[in-house]
Amino acid sequence: MEFSRRDTLALGLGAAAMTVLPFRVNAASEDAITEFTGGADVAEGGVTLTAPEIAENGNTVPITVSAEGASAVMVLAMGNPTPGVATFNFGPLAGSQTASTRIRLAGTQEVVAIAKLADGSFARASSEVKVTIGGCGG
Amino acid sequence: MASGVRPRVKAPRSAEAGEVVTIKTLISHKMESGQRKDSDGNVIPRSIIHRFTCDFNGTNVIDVKMEPAISTNPYFEFEAKIPEAGDMVFTWHDDDGSVYTETKSVAMA
Amino acid sequence: MKFNAMTAMAAVLFSVPGLVSADPDDDTLVVNGEIEMTTKAEPPAHLDGVLPTIMSGWHFRADETQALQMDDFDNSGMIFVDEGRAQWNKVEGSEGKSCATCHEDPSSMKGVRATYPKWDETAGEVQTVAMQVNDCRENNMGADPYGYTSGQMANMEALIAVQSRGMPVDVAIDGPARDMWEAGKELYYTRTGQLELSCANCHEDNYGNMIRADHLSQGQINGFPTYRLKNAKLNTVHARFKGCVRDTRAETFKPGSDDFVALELYVASRGNGLSVEGPSVRN
Repeated sequence: MEFSRRDTLALGLGAAAMTVLPFRVNAASEDAITEFTGGADVAEGGVTLTAPEIAENGNTVPITVSAEGASAVMVLAMGNPTPGVATFNFGPLAGSQTASTRIRLAGTQEVVAIAKLADGSFARASSEVKVTIGGCGG
Repeated sequence: MASGVRPRVKAPRSAEAGEVVTIKTLISHKMESGQRKDSDGNVIPRSIIHRFTCDFNGTNVIDVKMEPAISTNPYFEFEAKIPEAGDMVFTWHDDDGSVYTETKSVAMA
Repeated sequence: MKFNAMTAMAAVLFSVPGLVSADPDDDTLVVNGEIEMTTKAEPPAHLDGVLPTIMSGWHFRADETQALQMDDFDNSGMIFVDEGRAQWNKVEGSEGKSCATCHEDPSSMKGVRATYPKWDETAGEVQTVAMQVNDCRENNMGADPYGYTSGQMANMEALIAVQSRGMPVDVAIDGPARDMWEAGKELYYTRTGQLELSCANCHEDNYGNMIRADHLSQGQINGFPTYRLKNAKLNTVHARFKGCVRDTRAETFKPGSDDFVALELYVASRGNGLSVEGPSVRN
């Protein structure tokens, strides 16, 4: 291998850059939460958000939200160009306040679920999802 | 009306009165987010399904407001309570005004 | 800078900290609680021991992705099987026929996907499923052929593949298909492109390792056409081959070309014994 010191450094930095993927946060995402809650306090717990730790591909990421007795659960992708993902409104014939779907994530970021519970209060759960830039096939 | 839109729903053919069943729904739809650009650099306008509902005999089970971050070929899994025999009606509302529907009848076991 | 592309790639691949070499897992794939898939098998004799076990691409995917293939209502590829069924019943072409006119129900296609690509005596060549479909369309239906890697072709391939789900792949490598098979094998082991990579460099020498953030599989095609999360649609074998060749920064072959048909025959034979999974779900 014929690397000059400059070459090795450039390669090393390049490799390091690949692993430290930018963590995205969208400024508008907190506004979206305030709009949903009307400014009320949001407690931790009371809602669960299941999402993979590492998304196999950011284009299709399976998630599940669950909040017992909730009337609605809003999901936000805090680092997407637009944070809104979905709002699940549970009707009288919902068998449970649980729903699963598949979402698009633009990069590594926090996914947040805010539930409006039966008593009118709000609860929050979040999950950090790493979104990688793939190899040959990805 | 977007072309080639096809729903695919898993719902039980029968259930006991009051039983909670799992429903899975898929629909083929591009869900153009409005973030992509064409080869000339122009933004491809957003064109998504923005709402999905499921009702049983006219009573709502779930009503989902959908944003562009929902993946292409939207998928939903949720649970429904079946009080009696009847029809489960699914609707998907497209930005272009179309509404796609699918109905599944559920009998009493 | 005085280094060639190979050393650069080697340096980058091995210098990235924190990415653990992730081995394929031991999970079992049962679809709809019924269809037991053989996703690991004894390698076929012709491989001469280069692979200790042959494994479906399913094993190299994350748990969440694997789960998507376990139920036909979680598997987004199945909407396209439904689409294929609509195409199957559609009357097209000068003869006023649909596929159903001669073939009746799609279930008549059982066993087809498992044995293709295959030597066709009448046509005097090795044919892939796509070639056979277009052969029928043009000669029996008087209809326009589907684009080789078009959505419509993928839908039809998915409909046909599903009929053989669970059956072991069993393509013939001897007899009249032998020459094509040898040509495919040679292609598989030939380094091409700016990155000077052959299929074997990744899929035989490095399966189970990470290439950047992608978990390298053995490059089996028993699961094709496959629904990829990356482009949220069905992908055909030749479309994937083209992508792979392009990724080595080589001039790609054309889908439907003899080169790719030969390669498809050879790659399919590397999976002899694995179950047909199409349509599968991959990244």
